[in-house]
Amino acid sequence: MRTRTLMTLPAVLTAASLMLAACGSGEEDGASAAEAPAADSATLTDPWAKAAEEGMTSAFGLVENTGEEEITLAAVESPVSDHVELHTTNEDGSGGMSMEEQEGGFPIAPGETLTLEPGAEHIMLMDLAEPLEHGTTTELTLVFSDDSTLEVTADVRDFAGAQENYGGMEDEDYAGHGETAGDHDSGEGDAHAEHSDE
Amino acid sequence: MSDLTRRRMLLSGAFAGAGGLVLAGCSAGEGRGGSASTSADLSPEEVLAHAPVGTETVPFHGRHQAGITTTPQAFASLIALDLNDDTGREEIRRLLRVLSDDAARLTQGRGALADTEPELASAPARLTVTLGFGPELVRRVAGAEAVPGWLRPLPAFDIDELREEWSGGDLLLQIAADDRVTVAHAARVLVKSSRTWTSVRWRQPGFRRARGSEAPGTTMRNLFGQVDGTVNLRPGDEDFDAQVWAADGWMAGGTSFVLRRIRMDLDEWDRVDRSARDSALGRRQSDGAPLTGEDEHDEPDFAALGPHGFPVIPEFSHIARARGEDPRPTMLRRAYNYEDEAAGEAGLLFIAFQADVDTGFVPVQRRLDELDILNQWTTPVGSAVFALPPGCEEGRFVGETLFV
Repeated sequence: MRTRTLMTLPAVLTAASLMLAACGSGEEDGASAAEAPAADSATLTDPWAKAAEEGMTSAFGLVENTGEEEITLAAVESPVSDHVELHTTNEDGSGGMSMEEQEGGFPIAPGETLTLEPGAEHIMLMDLAEPLEHGTTTELTLVFSDDSTLEVTADVRDFAGAQENYGGMEDEDYAGHGETAGDHDSGEGDAHAEHSDE
Repeated sequence: MSDLTRRRMLLSGAFAGAGGLVLAGCSAGEGRGGSASTSADLSPEEVLAHAPVGTETVPFHGRHQAGITTTPQAFASLIALDLNDDTGREEIRRLLRVLSDDAARLTQGRGALADTEPELASAPARLTVTLGFGPELVRRVAGAEAVPGWLRPLPAFDIDELREEWSGGDLLLQIAADDRVTVAHAARVLVKSSRTWTSVRWRQPGFRRARGSEAPGTTMRNLFGQVDGTVNLRPGDEDFDAQVWAADGWMAGGTSFVLRRIRMDLDEWDRVDRSARDSALGRRQSDGAPLTGEDEHDEPDFAALGPHGFPVIPEFSHIARARGEDPRPTMLRRAYNYEDEAAGEAGLLFIAFQADVDTGFVPVQRRLDELDILNQWTTPVGSAVFALPPGCEEGRFVGETLFV
């Protein structure tokens, strides 16, 4: 995948980010590892987005922190959506899973990989300005907490999963089956037993 | 890259990433000191020893597409797609991009993008995906003038009983691997990736001996028991490149693909005794040697006469009819057996690659059509011709030369 990093100066800077940006620009060359832009130590592998005619859709990929310091994926920008959220999936307390926005973004420890995938952490693109069609590409800009950015080209693919409510759990027939969706570690035997009752 | 190196790389990605995304496993397990996601306590070397067939890969990228000179894998699935009426040039470009991307990943043991079952891709088993174009696809992308002269239905032969459901098509997927599950998964992914713009016209699964069942290089046997494919072009032959690879235009480095679905009447063949079988073929069923020779690859002596003054190899025999004035082979044969258990039908998916169908395949078929005693027991029931474009480099797609 094509990836490239670049620093951006947002039009409106908060005091905190201004300090960070200033710090970064003051030591462009020979900056220590600790002060290097987060985007420089981030890679996004296999970025892809679910095709959608309109409304919302989601995007995925593997974000690896190749650096020595923790980085935080704070936001994502897209030319086809003015409203992009980072989502996580949690147990909703009644056996199902629900999505909610991840406050403060996703921290990624050095050497770790954040897996953005259907049924788990993912990028949500709201109110699409234009359709995303299978076989095309769309740009994503990953914004880190120090305002450094990583631009990637994501492939758009038809995908039946990644429904707004994972696994059709609004359906009464599926009540109680929720934890099989997006939960790789739960007892497989139980999951199979439940499915065999259907 | 050595075979072992390639396998090691594969192992580090696919087998270490048990249960999770392949790459996640790779980055966590490799070079980061240990991984909780490794399922079995097997070293890569041990996995290799236990799964020598599953771990082998064939490069997807290259001057020619894979799956042509690749030593035939045990299983193949031939799938013909028809383009939707509104699938135009731009949609075809997207389709070929997606298929090439899927194939590049799957053949190296990785799940495709948006693959819901990447675990099934983890044993590539020499998976190859080969794309072929029917005349309609070429026309829609580059106009009628881009269609090679030979890219059309074969001339009608008297012996044909062709059925629409086994013939024609706009886009061919030849998917082959030494593992049947791998083929099924790749076919599922590729058809899913295509269904926005196409519909499936036909699917024809084929099989050979399992990998490792017999010595490498053994000529296959068809379901009549005959050694099938002795006279064949082999990579390295002096005229191989000229006979197989197209030289000009968007097809340079490509080839043509002829499929003949040949139904074989096994019940009637049961009535034929061994000596009559050998005469019909011109070769012994036991070892494939010509009736005038000792070994399979001995040159047949069509002039040799028997005690009653008749040729030892009958003039009506299959090998006498198949042979042209110039005895050198003109096509690369890569057939598969088939069984349609539901229909009670069995036979041969005769597949041949040649630079030009009209000079490589048609003359042979014409001679067989006129007189071949084997025609009593065999009937072509399906037929298709496709143009196989050249291979592509990483980051490009198969068929891109058509868009220039």
